[in-house]
Amino acid sequence: MAYIEVAGVSKVYQGDTPDPIVAVDLVDLGVERNSIVTIVGPSGCGKSTLLHMIGGFIAPSTGEIRMDGKRIDAPGPDRGIVFQHFALFPWMTVRGNVEYGLVEKGIAKAERRDISQHYIDMVKLTGFEDVFPNRLSGGMQQRVALARMLACDPDTLLMDEPFGALDAQTRVIMQEELREICRASNKTVLFVTHDVREAVFLGEKVVVMTARPGRIKTVLDIDLADDAPRLKVDEKADEIWDILRDEVIKAVVPGPRPTERAAG
Amino acid sequence: MTAIRFYTPLFLLVALWQAAAMGGMISAELLPSPSAIISGLVHLASGGDLLTHVGVSIYRQMAGLLLAVIVGVTLGVGMAQVAWVRDVFEPVVRITYPLPKSALIPLLILWFGIGHNSKIFAVFLGCLLPVVVSAFNGTRGVNGQLVWSARSLGTRGIRLLWKIYFRAALPEILSGLRIALALSFTLLVSSEFLIARAGIGYLIQSLGEAGDYSGMFAGILIVALIGFTADRLYVKFMNWMLRWQDQG
Repeated sequence: MAYIEVAGVSKVYQGDTPDPIVAVDLVDLGVERNSIVTIVGPSGCGKSTLLHMIGGFIAPSTGEIRMDGKRIDAPGPDRGIVFQHFALFPWMTVRGNVEYGLVEKGIAKAERRDISQHYIDMVKLTGFEDVFPNRLSGGMQQRVALARMLACDPDTLLMDEPFGALDAQTRVIMQEELREICRASNKTVLFVTHDVREAVFLGEKVVVMTARPGRIKTVLDIDLADDAPRLKVDEKADEIWDILRDEVIKAVVPGPRPTERAAG
Repeated sequence: MTAIRFYTPLFLLVALWQAAAMGGMISAELLPSPSAIISGLVHLASGGDLLTHVGVSIYRQMAGLLLAVIVGVTLGVGMAQVAWVRDVFEPVVRITYPLPKSALIPLLILWFGIGHNSKIFAVFLGCLLPVVVSAFNGTRGVNGQLVWSARSLGTRGIRLLWKIYFRAALPEILSGLRIALALSFTLLVSSEFLIARAGIGYLIQSLGEAGDYSGMFAGILIVALIGFTADRLYVKFMNWMLRWQDQG
């Protein structure tokens, strides 16, 4: 049995529209321990919703999510999360943010200092310990969010388009750093993105989702070496892009009714 | 430089006022000249019981304000978080918000007597709603992902209120409190006007009745100065509390 087990999970929202919105539709997915799985799909395909359900922040409408055999029904420090817009605590300094989870765990101050310093150094923010987040660039803020999550030493890292708000150069650097950290630390990683190249570069497995209602279209194994030339990454990305293209068009062009789509 | 720019119009106004009084354009009975007010102030200050009146007033004001902050923040956060609390209190808050609270002062004197308590309660009532509304809005506006982050870092239950909601709502709560601080002076002085045995409002009232208009204006000047100083100090405190917000 896989470490994280998503079984028949749907999420239906009753919005202002007459029909309920099916954000995630009967998804089954297994994630092995210590693997890096990326989830890619057009915007609005429910990939973030799926991640939030695994995080325990929202409850599935149907189905069940288990982690290590136990049903997930609330967030917990075993699953760390990084959001696209960082969600740092603005009233705390960099160190305050990184130590937040350690305080909640009841770890003594001296040990807290050591741990937070280790992760602040790791994400290359040495010297910025006493700075408030609003003084930092987007890339630096995202590093703080990463350090805050890692400091709690969660088994599983949930990453919700974490580099989506960063500029292209910062993004490449952050991808490389994240891959290094993940390889070094034996974590199970679920990484949601709409960037196919990012999904291929980071993932050992890429889950491709359909446009709404979000279903899993296909799961691909990525067997590229760490030092694979960019060309190889691009080739694989093109392959996934071909699979994804129709879905993106469906998501962008105001869609046909679900029944018509099934017929076509 | 900015201080000079800030106070220049004020000095010009006072100078104009003084000139008009000296030129006989304003009757001293209707509006005492600035110099007469200053000498009234000196006379008051040398009298000895000025400090007692000021002390009594500040005590009433602080007690009322503190009560309003404790009750107001609790109620505002509660309304934002718990559906039934909101259902019960929202109509009350909406209907009583535009009501001038000073209209209730005679009633409060009936209930609480002419001593401290009726004044404290008047200040409390006047300051309560701005605090409730700011705490309510601030708490409702908290970014949901901050709460999610805290929960995934191990915070749960009632602790979320203190660690996240209250802290994130603090900018709104503190600006609501600034409004409450300004209102507290109005409520304090009006309640002391009506019936009192001490307090700066009582002092103004009794000097006026005795026909000592320059003394009365000196009393008004004291209220204005205390109010202005309180606001300046409060803004310093607020900026320090919210130092994580400042840019560049």
